[in-house]
Amino acid sequence: MQMLISDTRELIILGRGGQGGVTAARIIVSAAAKDGKWGQAIPEFGAERRGAIVKSYARISSKPIISHSGVKKADVLLILSPNILSLVNINELMKGQDSVVIINSPTLIRTGYRTYWVDATGISEKLGLVMAGWHIVSTPMLGAFVRITGLVTLDSVISSIREFIGSGEYVKLNIEAVKMGYSMVKGD
Amino acid sequence: MINQQNMINRGVRRIMVGDHAVAEAVKMARVNVVSAYPITPQTLIVERLSEIIDRGELKADFIRVESEFAALASVYGASAAGARAFTATSSHGLFYMYEMLWWAAASRLPLVMAVVTRALGPPWNIHDEHTDLLAIRDSGWIIGMASSVQEAFDMTLTAFRISEDERVLLPVAVGLDGFVLSHTTEPIYIPYQEDVDAWLPPRNPKVPYVIEPGGEPVTLGNLPKSDLYHELHKAYMDESMGEAKRVITEAYNEYSKLTGRDYEPLIECYRCSDAKYLAVTMGAWSGDAEIAIDELRNEGYQVGLIRIRYIRPFPDDELLERINGVKGVIVFDRDYSMGFGGILAGELMGLVPSNVSFKGVVAGLAGVDVSPSEFQTIIRDFINNTEINGAMRVRRWWYIPNTNGGD
Repeated sequence: MQMLISDTRELIILGRGGQGGVTAARIIVSAAAKDGKWGQAIPEFGAERRGAIVKSYARISSKPIISHSGVKKADVLLILSPNILSLVNINELMKGQDSVVIINSPTLIRTGYRTYWVDATGISEKLGLVMAGWHIVSTPMLGAFVRITGLVTLDSVISSIREFIGSGEYVKLNIEAVKMGYSMVKGD
Repeated sequence: MINQQNMINRGVRRIMVGDHAVAEAVKMARVNVVSAYPITPQTLIVERLSEIIDRGELKADFIRVESEFAALASVYGASAAGARAFTATSSHGLFYMYEMLWWAAASRLPLVMAVVTRALGPPWNIHDEHTDLLAIRDSGWIIGMASSVQEAFDMTLTAFRISEDERVLLPVAVGLDGFVLSHTTEPIYIPYQEDVDAWLPPRNPKVPYVIEPGGEPVTLGNLPKSDLYHELHKAYMDESMGEAKRVITEAYNEYSKLTGRDYEPLIECYRCSDAKYLAVTMGAWSGDAEIAIDELRNEGYQVGLIRIRYIRPFPDDELLERINGVKGVIVFDRDYSMGFGGILAGELMGLVPSNVSFKGVVAGLAGVDVSPSEFQTIIRDFINNTEINGAMRVRRWWYIPNTNGGD
């Protein structure tokens, strides 16, 4: 059942606590706002802790978003860790056959949906993007997200990164990570 | 319009979570004293305020206290000394303030407090419901409840105007849904500081009275005769609550000139003009109910939505005007009064004539998600049932979604 304004796109980000999924959702909304759109980022709180599976949601629309209930079915599902696929039944999270999966993986993983993959961990390792012992994979994934969906612009994501992530060299590395994710994402 | 985000807006567009929007409004109100004790999901408000004060962006005293009782007691003292003061809390923290809530209100001191709504233990739960906020409804606080991050900002800023008005002089509680608004990021418009300064000048410290060294002697918390207590203090206080309706209306009229955001002051009504049935909600899930109303309209149901913005002063005349002539009213409560049912349902039922169908629904406690399609089903069932069987009179019905006992 299509409940929302027709051009509203709903995202679910599945990651592990510490991977930057919540911040990624906020950066997407920040970028949408810079592009003149409306958006909403909702973290799912309660069990968040390092290593646990953390879900966060975002909505993007050309109109203000009035709903505040959680996103149950995604137009776009971002998976920050490939092994999450063996723990979560993604069929329950996908809106339909047109829905898209973008996954952090060095190789193709078949999901039954239109799937794109990018080696976000590899990019993060190469750039030395480590925070508190965790590889930051959310920024390469953001680049892939921009390339595949076109829902927000690359420029808006990059300028949002400056607002959300620390300062100095670290920002530069994350921006580089976004660009690498953008150029390296592949589809089946 | 239930949601005003798409009005013509004057100001800077930024994205922020609800708690930070409240902190931003407090900064722009140029408060003098902030005192608070951290509790989830309110903590982000006072964390942000402490950063703002530390950076010198707001010249205010931040008092770190040992408890919520002390938090309210210290802003109460600050207000008695003529300061503009703010505190914030949630759930158990609010209940720890309970005695002070009554002292602050009946001392007729202007104050603003954000209440980020949260369930009450046991069992321990940090998620959203309105029971905490509504448990203070008899104390003399003006009580509002926001439905978006933008409105949380707007309601906080207007609260200072309302509270400090000489016709009111009562504290104002600004409610926002825990996590659902407090930790959710949305784009909002922040007005320009010079506009806010012109609209909200510094508080006049002499109103209603000031307690200061060497100042005029004032007696407070003394022992008046019972007839004075009854007539002068309580009846007069209730009268001021009535005046507050007018002041709230004026405050939002002026605020709309400042910002372009034109809220209906006490209640908002969506697709109500030709509605034969009305649903009633309060808080952030109102947008989900609004989507359900649109869907039901598409199915041919003549139904509208009332969103309560202020529950104190109680918007009785405003509700009656809308309820008059409808065939049924269904009220959604994200709160409960044990042994009674939903609190809003109980309060509204007295306004609904006995030949009009009525149902009170208790749903969404502890942040249990209620989707537009669930609102749609519940409202549709109510209307169909009334059309087939005639008016029902159900004050309390617990909606138990099929969650397999939770995740």
